[in-house]
Amino acid sequence: MAVLSEEQEMLRNMARNWATNESPVSEFRKVRAAGEPQAYNSAAYAMMAQMGWAGIIIPEAHGGSDFGFLSAGLVVEELGKTLTASPLLATSIAASAILLGGSDAQKAKWLPRLASGESVATLAVDEGAHHHPLAIGTIVSGGRLSGRKAFVPEAHGANLFIVAARDGLYLVDKGDGVLLATRRLTDQRSYADVAFEGAAADKLAGGGDSLLDDVLDRARLLTAAEMLGMAQALFDMTLDYLKQRVQFDQLLASFQALQHRMADLFTDLAQMRSAVEAGLQAVDAGFGVARSATVAKAEANRVLHAISNQAIQLHGGIGMTDEYNVGFYLKRARVLEASWGSSGYLRDRFAALSGY
Amino acid sequence: MATQLESEAHANADAFRTEVRQFLAANFPEDLKGKGNLLAGLDGPTSETAVQQRWREAVGERGWGTPTWPKEYGGGGLTRAEARIVEQEFAKVGAYNPIGGMGVLMFGPTLLEYGNEMQKRAHIPPICRGEIRWCQGYSEPNAGSDLANIQTFAADMGDHYLVNGQKTWTSGGQWADKCFALVRTDRSDKHKGISFLLIDMDAPGVEVRPITMISGTSPFCETFFTDVKVPKANLVGKEGEGWTIGKRLLQHERTNISGGGRLAGMMDQSLGDIAKTYGETDGDGALADKVLRDRIADFEIRWNSFLLTARRALEESKAQGGVSEISSVLKKLGTRLSQERSELLIVIRGLQGLGWEGDAFSESEREDVRGWLFGKASTIYGGSTEIQNNIIAKRVLGMLDHQ
Repeated sequence: MAVLSEEQEMLRNMARNWATNESPVSEFRKVRAAGEPQAYNSAAYAMMAQMGWAGIIIPEAHGGSDFGFLSAGLVVEELGKTLTASPLLATSIAASAILLGGSDAQKAKWLPRLASGESVATLAVDEGAHHHPLAIGTIVSGGRLSGRKAFVPEAHGANLFIVAARDGLYLVDKGDGVLLATRRLTDQRSYADVAFEGAAADKLAGGGDSLLDDVLDRARLLTAAEMLGMAQALFDMTLDYLKQRVQFDQLLASFQALQHRMADLFTDLAQMRSAVEAGLQAVDAGFGVARSATVAKAEANRVLHAISNQAIQLHGGIGMTDEYNVGFYLKRARVLEASWGSSGYLRDRFAALSGY
Repeated sequence: MATQLESEAHANADAFRTEVRQFLAANFPEDLKGKGNLLAGLDGPTSETAVQQRWREAVGERGWGTPTWPKEYGGGGLTRAEARIVEQEFAKVGAYNPIGGMGVLMFGPTLLEYGNEMQKRAHIPPICRGEIRWCQGYSEPNAGSDLANIQTFAADMGDHYLVNGQKTWTSGGQWADKCFALVRTDRSDKHKGISFLLIDMDAPGVEVRPITMISGTSPFCETFFTDVKVPKANLVGKEGEGWTIGKRLLQHERTNISGGGRLAGMMDQSLGDIAKTYGETDGDGALADKVLRDRIADFEIRWNSFLLTARRALEESKAQGGVSEISSVLKKLGTRLSQERSELLIVIRGLQGLGWEGDAFSESEREDVRGWLFGKASTIYGGSTEIQNNIIAKRVLGMLDHQ
């Protein structure tokens, strides 16, 4: 755990208490059972926004607390631990795009609404099943945006889309010329393919040539923070289970083969936490973001992949049941692993950033 | 806005920085710029030129080679912040720390904690001046991972001990002046029968035989003790406290092996850059061998998060004033990744990366082969990876053995 300020610790504890008491995994079960395309509880998100979580990275002048990415990551991590379904991640990523590339008017219009929870926003970049920000066909002509975006998270709840076109990022209100086709993924959250057919678009003209990359790095980091919470929860759950389950008249935790496997996973988890926290801190410091974000998401992918598989294996048969929570984490893990850069994509990016 | 206290602290730091710069200008020989004395760092003052000796003496006199150790015993008496300034200023002019060896890395910190006043006055100042080489008398032929199984016996002869037995893997034993050793003073209790004893390597009855390793070098020795007389004043702590003291010392050893500093130095040159000098590149300067490129990036990402973990462990232990729970993973992780790096270097260079001797191979190629081989020891010594896993599982994760 990174060394936190007193305010950050309070924020983390508040998020932890809320997630544990108000939003345990049983709440996600309810969302799943309801089967709505907008797969989250609006009342719960309103509470989160009321606690200020949607405005953590937004400046005070625009209704936020300007508390930084490490702080946002702390909250996202705690919510990840209990698989809380909410548009917080998507909205924060979208807010970072407006912060980096928006005009004063665009910021004044949208950031207060996002901070208050009144509006939900999401980033739409990829046009296929793989993360490929260089392969964008979406075009804008005469202020009208046309193209198809694939697997857009929280598309159902969003009022605003930040859409990547060939010549930059655009704000598109949900309205005429925006058509959703629900894509139910294994994690049972809200995803949709979105067709933009001449939708009114307002360009984010600031932020320079690296705007899309900069926004994607922030998406990678906040996603990695959610993955960190999931990995930590899976590790803790598995360790608890090994300390309770008796076979051959012995606790499973007393078998050396399992002790060493857990020691390996603990080591992996330590690396993942270091990488994710350092990445979030890099954004706050404004230094080395591209490289840190690449390392953070790559380590999040590697470690959560391993822990989610081992969690099932070490739980044995019970881990295979829908009644038990472990499987939910595995399913969400793979979706996030493929989002904003698979491990292969990130290794390629790391090599390119390193000049080889 | 800075408070008055902060401003004063800044002013003091600036004054100290100036003092360090003046010291370097007056004492650091231009000839040694960018060079290290690896032997000094690892084994103490074994082979020195006159220039190196003068530099060691200058640093030793200030105590800046052991910057945070107490001044009364010859250390620098500096705060951590001041020690960082020394480190930064030394680095800026390419000066190395000439004070090193096991005395600095392991024995000194342990003696400062457990030694009596007389022992500290006798042994710490020569370590701070880099005059004495210490070696570690821990492992024995039948006490490797099961270290508490040592049999070397120190018989109580009234005013002295009579030591008999054999130690092995004594690093730098052939050069050492003194040895800190775990010896048995009681055969009836495995752990409480162990004591921590300081033995002169030139005492009659001490015999040292270097062991040739697969890397072709002989950094380790077998050490035999035959009726060696050791004064009782050389017992650290009480009889039977050796296991506690010895384990504390191993914590220092582990921290050093995982070694932020030395290992971080290896990242000076990225494997990707090395690979570009051995293989072909695309028009845009990327490695043409995409499989190799992917492997290198995979390694370097994990290496990166290891370095970040070492940094986090340091920050956490400073903030909590104790050892961070993730410190226990650093030795295991650092040694495994170093080995992986050595293996990748061979893949990158092909057979050119397996040269043993001769001009057909560059110095770094030859050295890296030896390093690859010698590096296999790193996951065995200082508590093998398997022992580290036991420690993590039991002490950190609370997974207890069969009851």
